[in-house]
Order: sequence, then C-alpha cells, then structure tokens
Amino acid sequence: MIFRIVLTVLFWIAANFIEIDLVKYIIFILAYLIIGYDVLSRAIKNILRGEVFDENFLMSIATIGAIALKEFPEAIAVMLFYQIGETFQDYAVNNSRKSITKLMEIRPDFANIKVNDKLEKVNPENVKIGDIIFVKPGEKVPLDGIVRSGNSMLDTKTITGESVPRSIEPGCEILSGTINLNSLLEIEVTKGFEDSTVNKILELVENATSKKSKSEKFITKFAKFYTPIVVFLALAIAVIPPLVIGGKWVKWISRALIFLVISCPCALVISIPLSFFGGIGGASKKGILIKGSNYLEALSNTKVTVFDKTGTLTKGVFKIQKINSIGLEKDELLKFAAYTENYSNHPIALSIKQEFKEEIDEENIKDITEISGKGIKAVVFGKEVLVGNEKLLNEENIKFEKTDDVGTIVYIAIDKKFSGYILISDELKENTKETIDELKKSSIKTVMLTGDRNRIAEKIKNDLGIDEFYSELLPEDKLNLLEEIIKNKGKNEKVAFIGDGVNDSPVLARADIGIAMGGIGADSAIEASDIVIMTDEINKIIEAIRISKKTLKIVRQNIIFAIGIKIAILILGALGLANMWMAVFADVGVSIIAILNAMRALKIN
Amino acid sequence: MKKSFVLEGLDCANCAAKLEDKLNGIKGINEATVNFMTSKVTIEGEDEEFDEVMKRAIDIIKKYEPDAQIKY
Repeated sequence: MIFRIVLTVLFWIAANFIEIDLVKYIIFILAYLIIGYDVLSRAIKNILRGEVFDENFLMSIATIGAIALKEFPEAIAVMLFYQIGETFQDYAVNNSRKSITKLMEIRPDFANIKVNDKLEKVNPENVKIGDIIFVKPGEKVPLDGIVRSGNSMLDTKTITGESVPRSIEPGCEILSGTINLNSLLEIEVTKGFEDSTVNKILELVENATSKKSKSEKFITKFAKFYTPIVVFLALAIAVIPPLVIGGKWVKWISRALIFLVISCPCALVISIPLSFFGGIGGASKKGILIKGSNYLEALSNTKVTVFDKTGTLTKGVFKIQKINSIGLEKDELLKFAAYTENYSNHPIALSIKQEFKEEIDEENIKDITEISGKGIKAVVFGKEVLVGNEKLLNEENIKFEKTDDVGTIVYIAIDKKFSGYILISDELKENTKETIDELKKSSIKTVMLTGDRNRIAEKIKNDLGIDEFYSELLPEDKLNLLEEIIKNKGKNEKVAFIGDGVNDSPVLARADIGIAMGGIGADSAIEASDIVIMTDEINKIIEAIRISKKTLKIVRQNIIFAIGIKIAILILGALGLANMWMAVFADVGVSIIAILNAMRALKIN
Repeated sequence: MKKSFVLEGLDCANCAAKLEDKLNGIKGINEATVNFMTSKVTIEGEDEEFDEVMKRAIDIIKKYEPDAQIKY
C-alpha cells in the first residue's frame, strides 16, 4: 500500500511538469488507477450484485465524475486520502480487536492430567467431572474444582478484578481462569468446561454485543436511510439547479460529487458498537460482567436502586456482637452457651460455637432437650443451663430483664437463675455506607427490601442512610413491591435490583437491571441477572454506573461529532464552500477520530 | 439450533451491518448476529431444517463477502 501511495504521488508531481495535455492526462489517469484500481474493481463487483449504495461504488462515481470534469488532482486526492484513511482505519480496528482479544486471554489452552504417572497436556474440553488435574506454578487453572492437595497463592484478578492474591489450601473451591502462583496444585474437577466460570465469562462478554442498545438501534436505522438520502440529494443537486436556475452543469455536478464522498455512515456504524464493546470489556476487567449493551446503557439511567438486605448489604453471616453476663465472667457465659448448643446446627448455635473457639469436652454435656422454636435445655458441668429466646425463659418461669438491643437475643439461665444474654446479628459488608452515600450523591434513590424483622431493618436503614425500607417480606412480596416501584418511576428512568441470587431470582429477572452480587458459584443468579458482580464488594455498583456513564458519554460524543461534521460539510458542499478534500476528511477522518474516541471506553482506571 | 463461526477478513463495519441484515432476511433463521469486533457470525435457526438454513446463510455470506473466509 505504501508503495502504491508513493508511486501515485510521484506520478502526480510528474504530471504537473508536462506541457502536452494528452500526455498529462494519461499520467494523471495512471496515477489514479494505481491508487484506486481495487476500489474500482470492488465497485464493479458490487454493481453486478445489485448493491448500489456501496462505499466503493460511491467513491468510484465521485472520482470518475471528477475526472470527467477534468479535475484530475481532486480525483487522485480523493482516492489517495480515502485509501490512506482506510489503512488507518484498518489499523485502528485491528488495534481495538487486539485489545479485545487480550480480554479474552483468560481462556485456558490445556489441562494437565496424569497418564501412567506422567503429566500430559490435554484440551480442557475433554476433561470430565471427577477427573484430577494438576496445575503448575504460573499456569492458568483450566477448570473449576476443589483443591485436593497443595498450598499456594492464587491470582484471581482476571476473574474477580481483585488484585490481592488469595491463599488456597486443600478443600478450597478453585475457579478456572485464575492463575496459580507458587506451588503445584492437585484439583478435582467439579464442572465440565462448558459450565466452567471462565467459559461462562467468555460467552457472556462475546455475546453481550448481540443485545443491542437503543443507541445502536438508532445508528442502524440511521445508516439505512442516511446513504440513500444523501445519494438522492446529490442527484438533485446535480440536476435541479442547472435546469431551474440555469447554472453551470460542471459546478453543480462537482458539488454533487462531494455529497457522494460523504455518503457512508461508517464512522457511526463502527464506533458506536465499539464503544459499547469497550465499556463491557473494561467492566469485565474489574470483575463486573454486563450481559448486553442494552444493560450498560440502561445502567446510566438508573434512578432507583433496590437492595436485598441479607447477603447483599450484610454478610449474611451471624456474629456475636455483645455478651452481657450477670454474676459471672463473659467467657464463662459463652462457655456455658457453647456447650449447651454443641449439637445444634442452627445458624445461631454455629455463631456461638465459632466465637468460643476452644475444644468442647462432650463428657460434660448431659440430658439435652431441644425445645422447638424456643431453645435448648441441657446439663453442663452438672448445672442445668437454658439457652434460648424469651419464650423459653417465660415457660420456665425465670425472671429476667428484657433488653432494647437490636438483633437476635439469646438469653441464658443457669440453675434457674438469669445469667445474661448474647446479642447476635448480621454484619454490614465493607464499603456499604460509602456506596449508599455515593448513590445519593448521584441523586439515585436507595430502597431496601428484607424478610427480616422491622426493628433490625430500621436500624440498618438508619445506620446506612437508606431512603426507604420494607421489612418482614415474603419472597413474593419482594416481587410485588418491585413491580410497584417500577410502575411509579419516570419514563426513561431505570430501576436496578441488587441481590445475591439466593431466593430472589424472580426479582432479579423482573428489574430493569438485575445485578447479582458474588456471582461466582450461584448459577441461578447468573442466569436471572443482567449484570454479575464477581466479588462480594458492593462498591462495584458505583464503578459499574461510572463505566456506563463514561461509555454513554463517548457514544453521544461520537454520534454528535460524526453526524455534525457530515451535515456541516454537506451544507458547505451544497453552497459551494467545501471541496473534495474536506469531504474525504468528513468520511475517513471522522471515522478514525471516532474509533480512537471509542477506544477510550476500554480504558477504565 | 445455534451455530457460530469466525468470518476472517470482515473489514468494514457497514458491511457487517448489511450482512447481518441480509442474514436475518433468510427464511428459517430466527436470529443472526454479525459481531464486527470479534469477526464472529452467530446463526440461530429452526431445528428441522438447520442444515438447509446454514447452507442458505453461507451462500449469502459468499455472495456479499466474497473475500471473507469462514473458519469454524
């Protein structure tokens, strides 16, 4: 191509020194053919197929028209700049394709399995559930599984966006696409390649662009009408003024040719989807999977965010917040409670045992009775211990003081005497307050839905500064409430629901934008949601909104810029104020600038 | 049924959009997408006559993108 460009320029310069017109014309035409023969041949092929509004064809008509008007330098210049522009455009497209393939580099190429005591590399797709695979340091984990042996550090950045390596030991779940850093791991495969995390992410990102956003649909429609309209305008400009006002044919035809050069909507057709792809790709780098351009677009119009409480705002794990003992040490009280609850698997029992930490000598526990819905009675270290709610103590006629603390209260009585209580509650996730604050700053309303009791919900609402809350809801109530919220919003406003996918899949699916937190592992959440946040970090929502706003800003810039320049040059052209050079810029120049701008969407800091 | 393949040498975005339009006009195709960025064509069609549908799709691709190579 460079050779052709140089040759054309040399011929062009040479032609200027030749006095004899005929020779001069021949050299000009030679220069034109050198630079434009492939465009011409493609144009002919396209006409044979009945494809009239093809870019090649329009360029050919425009330049042949210029030659017919004996405007040789213009004809050559248009071809030359069109070709240079196309080359640049290809380069830009290739570059962006490369950045996108880089995102896809999480695809594992092989898995090591043991055959006759030797490690062999096989295609991950051929490994079955239950097979044992080996991952050496520095290698990508090819399939999801459970670590059987080996302690190592794991780089999970490509999957979760989390930059701090995680330590991993036998028994841990391990996700495909992560990188083993230190030592050999032996992994039992739990999912086939099709269902593996890495394959799901790849499919999701690749297919995301097929769900088109409104902006993209607008561009497709625009492109369909734009070219024919501009071509007919060109025809009208070439024919009508000379016939009506009797101007010179040459003058009006050359103005019409300018129209033809600008008639391709390429800049828009290429840069808008590219911006969305960039935004989705950039988000996936941060561990935010967006299932379609339409969701990325909708996210920028979020006006209400509805949060599920347990597992989303809170960790969903009960933890002892306070021990209030009467007449004995706190540790003593905890010890009695832990011994009494020893055989129970209730979440509250588990949190008490977890806090106690010490080993339990089961010899010292006797006569255990579980009183359903109330608590447990047992003889521990020879003393009769009651651990349970207020109903239990009332039933046993034990006098006690009720507390105002908010959470689950476990009362304890030893030998019929009230000995204190343990306050257990769910913990807020990190960054929850900051996230709510940030949402409010962007004037996005926050709502919390929970099945939990009113008092607990109210405390969280006040702690976090959430605008509205609804408590003591059944799963179907959540859906009805969301319907209500969606009904009351403005026309272009969107409602996002953020949940962990446990029990709330229908709500996730119903929301304008369903965001599933901690998506790894919960398949139903990935299915039902539109956006999956791979980690448990709630502030990723802010990041997702930021990415969507940035992407949409770039999209709007490109639409306005490309259409604006084209229309401006069209008007100038019609008035005779624009030349072919400007037209070529409006075509390829604008495309290149729009592509470069679109690539910014991929760069997320 | 759904099938996707890479179309190498698909180098103009407008052509990709046009091709997508043409593919979606084929009888038996429920949805066709041409992803310009990944050069990937995905065709979703009726199960019973899927082979026939794919044949029609490939004919269209060859007609409109004679220089592109289909790679599975």
